[in-house]
Amino acid sequence: MFSQVTALTPTLTLSRAAGEGVNTVKLHMSQWEIVIGLETHTQLTTVSKIFSGSSTAFGAAPNTQASVVDLALPGALPVMNKGAVERAVKFGLAVGATINQRSIFARKNYFYPDLPKGYQISQFETPIVSGGGLTITLDDGSSKYIELTRAHLEEDAGKSVHEQFDGASGVDLNRAGTPLLEIVTEPVMRSGKEAIAYAKTLHNLVRYLDICDGNMQDGSFRCDVNVSVRPLGQKEFGTRREIKNLNSFKFMQQAIDFEVRWQIAEIEDGRKIQQATVLFNPDTGETKAMRSKEDAMDYRYFPDPDLPPLVVSDEMLARIKASMPELPEAKCARFSSEYGLSHYDALLLSQDGAMASYFETAVKAGGDAKLVANWMLGELSAALNREDKSIEQSPVNAVRLSNLVARIVDGTINHKTAKTVFEALWSGEAASVDAVIEAKGLKQISDSGAIEKIVDEVLAKSAAQIADYKAGKEKALMSIVGMVMKASAGKANPAQANAIVKRKIDAL
Amino acid sequence: MSLTPQDIERIAHLARIRVTPADVADVQVKLDGIFKLIDEMQAVDTTGVEPMSHGLDMVLRLRDDAVTEINRRDVFLKNAPESADGYFLVPKVIE
Repeated sequence: MFSQVTALTPTLTLSRAAGEGVNTVKLHMSQWEIVIGLETHTQLTTVSKIFSGSSTAFGAAPNTQASVVDLALPGALPVMNKGAVERAVKFGLAVGATINQRSIFARKNYFYPDLPKGYQISQFETPIVSGGGLTITLDDGSSKYIELTRAHLEEDAGKSVHEQFDGASGVDLNRAGTPLLEIVTEPVMRSGKEAIAYAKTLHNLVRYLDICDGNMQDGSFRCDVNVSVRPLGQKEFGTRREIKNLNSFKFMQQAIDFEVRWQIAEIEDGRKIQQATVLFNPDTGETKAMRSKEDAMDYRYFPDPDLPPLVVSDEMLARIKASMPELPEAKCARFSSEYGLSHYDALLLSQDGAMASYFETAVKAGGDAKLVANWMLGELSAALNREDKSIEQSPVNAVRLSNLVARIVDGTINHKTAKTVFEALWSGEAASVDAVIEAKGLKQISDSGAIEKIVDEVLAKSAAQIADYKAGKEKALMSIVGMVMKASAGKANPAQANAIVKRKIDAL
Repeated sequence: MSLTPQDIERIAHLARIRVTPADVADVQVKLDGIFKLIDEMQAVDTTGVEPMSHGLDMVLRLRDDAVTEINRRDVFLKNAPESADGYFLVPKVIE
């Protein structure tokens, strides 16, 4: 989806921001190990807030979805949304984590105008989900298990706008109290690529589970990335800096790349890294410290007296377990075993819920599984990418692709003419596969008499190629078959054409 | 344990409570008293008692996920000293 950023090279030259010291330095990238951990805030898909009955719909006019609880009016008490609990449990089950059937809400205390209570309700010592993990697949096909530390429920804060008013900030509390599941990994990633692969896998999973809409632009899926570096071979972690609120995979890659180089340059220049929270500026491609350790936050967590322990009953746990959809990993294994797909194809088709369902719909409609997979990963993906469409928006639906594949299998059309049919379906020229074949006269010629006639005509003009073939040049045969296909306007059955050409030449 | 004047200043800052230099000593005595009380409670033998996060043995009540609130912005904004275009206005927050 996003263009790849140049990979880190062992030694590189880098320009640093003004005021950051020398302008150009040589870094010894290969002598350093990168350590990355992620904290992801996923907004849950409930229709109402975590502790109040206000709507969570995005984009409403300011403060029209803020109730007494969200505004922290005196005496207003939080009441827990069952839907948020169920989604957290669903996630925990999907990643093989421990579901803590008794978890505690805590107050995280800090002052900011968009947090009217003066604390955020979160979970601290006892989160609802502990442990578990996700398997990520990297571009080179290798895979790695990323351990999760925890996932806990919390409420989002409101939103402040600073530009709209003279000398004042505006506060909109529509987002205050929106349910979030914060998913935290162990510091186990060793490159920006692994971090991106993890973020994408998690993004796929939460959408698969239908617990988060995954909309990054609207802030439904936000990543904080903890980055540190240490000399290769050192056991202790270096001091980390946290890049806050990355809302695209592209920015995440850029921010990590910049941050890693910055940290290495600092240390190689003899300076120490100060623990800090940093922000990424997409315009400059640089990260910049927001606050340093000196005035580090002290949140003074304590159990929220308004909210007794959250208990997930055995009954609720069993019910959610029974409702779990098939997970990407299991689906991938099944696509391999049930349909005979290669692991790679199965992986590509199972990672995205919409792709997987398109594939199965096409196969159930009678399409040969391997051919459907080839067409989806070939022509269809190329066309979708070209027009920046999602598979749900594909002009060629699963049943039509299945019909197309069926006409290849039954010999009506060959692969080459099938592409013409596909293009016609894509552009909306015709509504059905058979209509296109009929209208364009693409029906494959499988009548051996007709093909023999074309072969005879071609052979009569191909003395040189025949001589070459007789002299042992196998390629000459292919060139003759090619001419036969061309003479038939691509409609001859290629296998038959091949056999007839060979038989006739050998008989000469 | 005994608190220092710096502790008092930090705690006051975190709680956004203004404690004048003249008041620090007085607040220190009061807070020290609270910590002494905590120390006394810490001395109680709680062997075999399961830790509790809350004083009452209750379980969180769950409500169904449904929108039950309506837009009452106009009423709520009347509570605010200042508002405009549907926003609560606060002194400019500079990051």
